Amino acid sequence: MNARPSQSLEQRVNWIDICALEEIPRLGARVFARATGNIAIFRNADDEVFALDDRCPHRGGPLSQGIVFGRHVACPLHNWQIGLWDGKATAPDVGCTAVYAVHVDAGRVYLDLTPTDA
Amino acid sequence: MQRARLVVIGNGMAGIKTVEELVKIAPDLYGITVFGAEPQPNYNRILLSPVLAGEQTFDEIVLNDRGWYATHGIHLHTGKEVTSIDRKRRTVTAADGTYADYDRLLIATGSTPFILPIPGIDLEGVIGYRDIADTERMIAAAQNHRHAVVIGGGLLGLEAANGLNARGMDVTVLHLMDTLMERQLDAVAGRLLQTALEARGIRFIMGANTAAIRGDEHGHVSAVALADDTELAAELVVMAVGIRPNTHLAESAGLRCARGIVVNDTLQTFDPRIYAVGECVNHRGTAYGLVAPLFEMARVAANHLAEFGTQRYSGSVTATKLKVTGIDLYSAGDFHGDDSSETIVLSDAANGVYKKLVIKDERLQGSVLYGDTTDGAWYFRLMREGRSIADIRGRLMFGERNLGDTGHLGQSQAASMADSMEVCGCNGVSKGTICAAIKTHKLITLDEVRKHTKASASCGSCTGLVEQILMATAGADYSATPRTKPLCVCTERTHAEVKQAIKAQHLLTIADTQRFLEWRTPNGCATCRPALNYYLQTTWPREAQDDPQSRYINERAHANIQKDGTFSVIPRMWGGTTSAHELRKIADVVDKYQIPTVKVTGGQRIDLLGVKKADLPGVWRDLDMPSGHAYAKALRTVKTCVGAEWCRFGVQDSTQLGIDLERALWRMYAPHKVKIAVSGCPRNCAESGIKDVGIIGVESGWEIYVAGNGGIKTEVAQFFAKVTHAAEVLEHAGAFLQLYREEGHYLERTVHFVGRAGLDYCKAQVVSDAANRRALYSRLRFAVDGELDPWTARANGAAAHEYASVTA
Ligand code: SRM
Ligand SMILES: Cc1cc2nc3c(=O)[nH]c(=O)nc-3n(C[C@H](O)[C@H](O)[C@H](O)COP(=O)(O)OP(=O)(O)OC[C@H]3O[C@@H](n4cnc5c(N)ncnc54)[C@H](O)[C@@H]3O)c2cc1C
Ligand code: SF4
Ligand code: FES
Repeated sequence: MNARPSQSLEQRVNWIDICALEEIPRLGARVFARATGNIAIFRNADDEVFALDDRCPHRGGPLSQGIVFGRHVACPLHNWQIGLWDGKATAPDVGCTAVYAVHVDAGRVYLDLTPTDA
Repeated sequence: MQRARLVVIGNGMAGIKTVEELVKIAPDLYGITVFGAEPQPNYNRILLSPVLAGEQTFDEIVLNDRGWYATHGIHLHTGKEVTSIDRKRRTVTAADGTYADYDRLLIATGSTPFILPIPGIDLEGVIGYRDIADTERMIAAAQNHRHAVVIGGGLLGLEAANGLNARGMDVTVLHLMDTLMERQLDAVAGRLLQTALEARGIRFIMGANTAAIRGDEHGHVSAVALADDTELAAELVVMAVGIRPNTHLAESAGLRCARGIVVNDTLQTFDPRIYAVGECVNHRGTAYGLVAPLFEMARVAANHLAEFGTQRYSGSVTATKLKVTGIDLYSAGDFHGDDSSETIVLSDAANGVYKKLVIKDERLQGSVLYGDTTDGAWYFRLMREGRSIADIRGRLMFGERNLGDTGHLGQSQAASMADSMEVCGCNGVSKGTICAAIKTHKLITLDEVRKHTKASASCGSCTGLVEQILMATAGADYSATPRTKPLCVCTERTHAEVKQAIKAQHLLTIADTQRFLEWRTPNGCATCRPALNYYLQTTWPREAQDDPQSRYINERAHANIQKDGTFSVIPRMWGGTTSAHELRKIADVVDKYQIPTVKVTGGQRIDLLGVKKADLPGVWRDLDMPSGHAYAKALRTVKTCVGAEWCRFGVQDSTQLGIDLERALWRMYAPHKVKIAVSGCPRNCAESGIKDVGIIGVESGWEIYVAGNGGIKTEVAQFFAKVTHAAEVLEHAGAFLQLYREEGHYLERTVHFVGRAGLDYCKAQVVSDAANRRALYSRLRFAVDGELDPWTARANGAAAHEYASVTA
């Protein structure tokens, strides 16, 4: 349940090993820095891992800095609640941020940078 | 899996509100069937009066059209009155034979108009005022007839009279009592109301005892006879003398009823499969006749039907507003008062304004407002919250606007505001946006308006205004928020209950607290987690675990996040003083890390803005100055003036006292930020009058003021104590702040804390009780002395993962 790719895991070839699961705090996030915009890697209480563009659909707040709860993160700037699995803002707010596939294997976190069309 | 079956009897306001709440929180739990005796879908009964008066149409007052039922897969039977409930076989059957089986049953049959037991009530043209059919009959009568008699001068009777009058009928109201609406109004307001309605052409006969209704040869009403033999011509008689809970169905099913179906705090009847809500219910001896309490019931019933089981209904305080266009009338609570209460009355006959407030033990008990109801919602809030009004008593009568609300240009007359005017300054929400949201989404509670528009969701200073707009737009005051607010959506518990449990159970972690208090969500949300973390820290200092993931980013990173994701750094400058050495270090750091902006803050220190997160530990290492906690719910600045050391007016050494206070109290976390100022004389150049703790030097010592606030809504600090020595200032200020730390709700500033707890209470705890003051102060010392400077720790490598990104 860790990745929500549109293709099956095996079909994906672009997995990048980014860090150990333990390097992401539970109910927290780490930033994967990238020239074209950071990606936020989240870990929730059930050790599910998610990856989103580190930009809130509202005014670009860094989601990695927010408070993680359940399968959501609250943006640090104006408290929009973004779904970690689909990148969508919780109603009544409207907006969506890009989602990336991640999976955890033997304690390592792998990221695929092709955005999913989830 | 077969879904459980829920059957609802009564397609009215309370029943369908319950269903709405239920499908929101547990959309898939039940297959739902609704029976409604009326042929229409669910509509807003409150707004029948504007329909009668010709101000709205029926379509405009429909709450849920048939499409809504279809969308949620709800089976709707309209025009079918349920005539029996078989509790053994768990089946309900309607008059036409339609039946449905249930696993849970919800009875919401409302009430029926009480019809006087006098001759002639069966004549054609004699009606009650309850539903759209009655309303349509009145409208039809107004087209064909001239004389109407309304029996009963209460809320319903007067709204009926006004509507019929507006439709051109000659209306006489018969009222048994001497003044109108005696259950909601005192005699003065009742008479003002009567005069205003008389001016519209409505006639009143007070003390009128109706004896009989007479008819013509076609069996149609023709006159009303009074006990004193007066006869009044009437082709329409509206009976509005009261309502009776509609319980005969429940009674015939053997459910216990006593002036309403008897329910417990979870809205269950004596048969636990059967719930009941609305006007048909008797809860703790009260049957309610207004929508606000019924909606509270609906929420609780939905919570239990959804099998959450976390809410309780414990009764409601109610307020009434008359919906007669052009007449402003508002009443709430006990407005008569008794020997032990006091009243404040304002009567401005020339302007048609009358206000009466009843106060007992420094709390507002009730109010009657006539002519100017602007502050109704505010008084209602004060009443519900049971807030001590001692500190605002002198200005109470003049309304919320006159408490010093400069934020909104004194604008709080919701009705007279233009649509483009801004209501919520924090989120930039205009009146038009709020009205549109209320109309489109059929919003009825303050919480819903907050969710949809964000209005009043931030600082809350416009709450009263939003409530008024809601009232004006939705048609009536049914926006009542629950009396005691739960901490957040994850729980039913209030702040006080949570704190109590943490203390009594010696809870030390957020997870344990959530488990013990049966949180609804697996790990809380961004509202409750920071609050729980704070309560754990202050209740069990040096013992409870801090959870960085439950701190807002500023407190987790120990710097203030900026709109572009960079951070700002504000080091301590004790009492606003600095030195060449510190300034040089700051200059070097600015150069080395290419910090774009350096600014002097409003708090007498220097802000380095636009620091990259990864640079923070380095900046702190090079600065080698302690954290200013400008990002934290903690002691912020202690502003000072130059004082006796230099100033020609100074009588006390305010700078030194400020430095001492700051050194003693820094690292003190609190429910919200805490700001202190010390001035050397009453000229008060450090602005001590708008600080959480403000100190002013006088010839003979120091005056201490508390609970000022210079922010969203400027509040002048109140006099707290006068002491002689600087050491006493420290103990008093520290003890007051410890009281706030222990008893304040998270995110409540001192002004709101003192408003809730009462200034006298705080004085009794701190000023007059020396032993308690020392105990408070020593608890503060224990907590604060256990905190380290967070910057030093991080400069030395603590929490490094917070500042570094991962790389492939
Ligand atoms: C830096 C500073 C403005 C400046 O450039 O001078 C400032 C900046 C902010 N203030 Fe302030 N306030 C600053 C002095 C004040 C003052 C004046 C004072 O302290 O003497 C006030 C009024 C006094 C008071 O608090 O009673 C003040 C009343 C507020 C409020 C309203 C608080 C209230 O209870 O009404 C907020 C909002 C809040 O805290 O929720 C706020 C919030 C903020 C925040 C933290 C907004 C935020 O949450 O991000 C601003 C951070 C800007 C940033 O991006 O870094 N700031 N703010 C001042 C820092 C003082 C310091 O040295 O620590
Ligand atoms: C003209 C008017 C103005 C009002 N103004 C205000 C106001 O300003 N503020 C305020 O707070 N309140 C006001 N009220 C009161 C408010 O409308 C009621 O408190 C509220 O509607 C009660 O909700 P309920 O669900 O308990 O009953 P209802 O809304 O009456 O719903 C009960 C429904 O059950 C149906 N029913 C009954 N028995 C059966 C059965 N055996 N089988 C199937 N269906 C059945 C009824 O036909 C009815 O549709 C007003 C009421 C009226 C009539
Ligand atoms: S610094 Fe204070 S006043 Fe200025 S914009 Fe920010 S919050 Fe508003
Ligand atoms: S930028 Fe995320 S909520 Fe505003």
